[in-house]
Amino acid sequence: MALLQLSEPGQSAAPHEHRLAVGIDLGTTNSLVATVRSGMAVVLNDELGRPLLPSVVRYGAGGRVEVGHDAQAHQSADPRNTIVSVKRFMGRGLKDIAHIESMPYDFVEAAGMIKLKTAQGIKSPVEVSADILKALCERAEASLGGQLTGAVITVPAYFDDAQRQATKDAARLAGLNVLRLLNEPTAAAIAYGLDNASEGIYAVYDLGGGTFDISILKLAKGVFQVLSTGGDSALGGDDFDHRIFCWVIERAKLSPLSHEDARLLQMRAREAKEFLTLNGEAPITAKLSTGEFVDLRLTSETFTEITRTLVQKTLGPTRKALRDAGLRPEDVKGVVMVGGATRMPQIQNAVENFFGQEPLNNLDPDKVVALGAATQANLLAGNRAAGDDWLLLDVIPLSLGIETMGGLVEKIIPRNSTIPVARAQEFTTFKDGQTAMALHVAQGERELVSDCRSLARFELRGIPPMVAGAARIRVTFQVDADGLLSVTAREQTTGHEAHIEVKPSYGLSDDEIAAMLKDGYTHASEDAFRRALREAQVEAQRLVEAVQSALKEDAHLLSTLERTHIDGCLTKLQTVLLGDDRRAIDAAMDALSKGTAEFAARRMNQSVQRALAGKKVDDVTL
Amino acid sequence: MGVTLSEAAAKHVANFLAKRGKGIGIRLGVKTSGCSGMAYKLEFADVAEPEDMVFESHGLKVLVDPKSLPYIDGTELDYAKEGLNEGFKFNNPNVKDQCGCGESFNV
Repeated sequence: MALLQLSEPGQSAAPHEHRLAVGIDLGTTNSLVATVRSGMAVVLNDELGRPLLPSVVRYGAGGRVEVGHDAQAHQSADPRNTIVSVKRFMGRGLKDIAHIESMPYDFVEAAGMIKLKTAQGIKSPVEVSADILKALCERAEASLGGQLTGAVITVPAYFDDAQRQATKDAARLAGLNVLRLLNEPTAAAIAYGLDNASEGIYAVYDLGGGTFDISILKLAKGVFQVLSTGGDSALGGDDFDHRIFCWVIERAKLSPLSHEDARLLQMRAREAKEFLTLNGEAPITAKLSTGEFVDLRLTSETFTEITRTLVQKTLGPTRKALRDAGLRPEDVKGVVMVGGATRMPQIQNAVENFFGQEPLNNLDPDKVVALGAATQANLLAGNRAAGDDWLLLDVIPLSLGIETMGGLVEKIIPRNSTIPVARAQEFTTFKDGQTAMALHVAQGERELVSDCRSLARFELRGIPPMVAGAARIRVTFQVDADGLLSVTAREQTTGHEAHIEVKPSYGLSDDEIAAMLKDGYTHASEDAFRRALREAQVEAQRLVEAVQSALKEDAHLLSTLERTHIDGCLTKLQTVLLGDDRRAIDAAMDALSKGTAEFAARRMNQSVQRALAGKKVDDVTL
Repeated sequence: MGVTLSEAAAKHVANFLAKRGKGIGIRLGVKTSGCSGMAYKLEFADVAEPEDMVFESHGLKVLVDPKSLPYIDGTELDYAKEGLNEGFKFNNPNVKDQCGCGESFNV
């Protein structure tokens, strides 16, 4: 007979209607799958009781696809067909990936995303991720005894649209119904039940094998909001291993190492690091192929000493994330530790000192993200108990905006806005009789579109011909709960509409996002100057066109002398407007405005006279 | 007669109750739905209704509403593992036949 789970009071599922949902932590190094059983989130182990599935897939020559531990075993023998850390390639183009030359793969540049050439043909990162997801899905279905209703998959908070879309595509390919994508730090906070905790600010400190992420979350009225994120994509537990490795080489005065010896010592370094979590001193012994012996003892004091700079390196982004959120360390109510590397005592101490409080660490830091995702999946699948109705909010990493005249960017949704979000702004036409408008969607913090990242272009046609500035075009930016952007432009009088879903061809690395943010700060004054110049140029151009069209219609209102003066001013403005002297442009505009003031007055009189000619005073209503 | 828990089931129930942090015990029952007549109810219990039958097994309270009792009287609740799957199992002497998966039954 079927095996049943305990339900909340009144929540017993009808037969065959158990909604099985899982949370998946699709990690760079390891992946996990978790579910809620009898009201408790648990990680599902494989047949051998192992919770972690290495995120490794091997496409061997025999046509077999191996995933996890089996694939990992072949990593050194068959590096070309054994794909590790595929998460770094999701939604990325060739030029997005750092250190590509040191990777053992045959990359194929393809539209949108790189692909990898393997013994089983060309595989995209989406297909590789799908194979990892399939393995997790099979494990879950075997453990739960039924088909999955859906899954919540976690992604780093800084993942952009392309990376999120690629993750969703991978899930679809694996036959999984994605209930939603969830940011990793938010999942960790849920696992700790912070959603039921008191309102306030929480920090999630995530030090994984190769990446460091810090997120500042705000909980208000049961709603989670990511205030800011930061991190270092090239800092993780592996760097701590490497410090020990270097220390061993230096201490033992070893000659240059063979590949195998280096691998052996790296393994010993890792073991020593893990041993030091619970012990004050770790032995490091190894016999190398050269016949040399290594026999050292590493104390936790020395370990702390040699890794001090690494620990410090995590605090920089932490400070910055707090600053981005406009907060100080003492504003933080709780700190969640995620990632195996946070087990190191010096990390615990550093975080405790920085925030002035002991971090939350009673859940397994390797599992906490998957557990939170499972909790969320359980709710979304409809297995919710009364009172469990929270919504999760995340942020967009970079501002989204639209190009306006002069190559400037008008930001519609500022960075760190919580999602889902929709913002609209009205724009108008620049020229008389303009019937179409090109919209260019850009992402970034800089003022000029050329310094931002172009996401999409589309056109709105069918605007009725009107004088410049009369048309009203409402542009709406909408970012859904998964962080995907859609833009709609609508001409208000006719209802003509154009729409685009933004699926950028490839994504940005978090380094690039960091660089773009930094650029925004360092170029702030230069940008302000350029913005002012462009604005002046646009305004001047508009004035030139207005005067020209007025001259065409009503030149008869001017004497030859007046006409010569206006033409002079006009030529002068047309010349300086091409340069970059804003004062000259302002001065020339001023001169032209003054020079045409009388002309404008006469035109006004003329049109009033025309409008009133032949009418009685009584007929004129004001 | 009444309803009992096997030792394994009691251990898991105690564990789940402790993790949940509240609840006075568990509630067993049946409801009329499913492909073969009746379906089991297995829930945490936060309050005992006045009419509930209360059984004690391995120090844990098992509540059964009087209307359900005739269908499950004599049942032992067990905890079993089948491959990777694990969960509770009703060993119910009243069952005459059940649907293929055993999620619903007839008496």
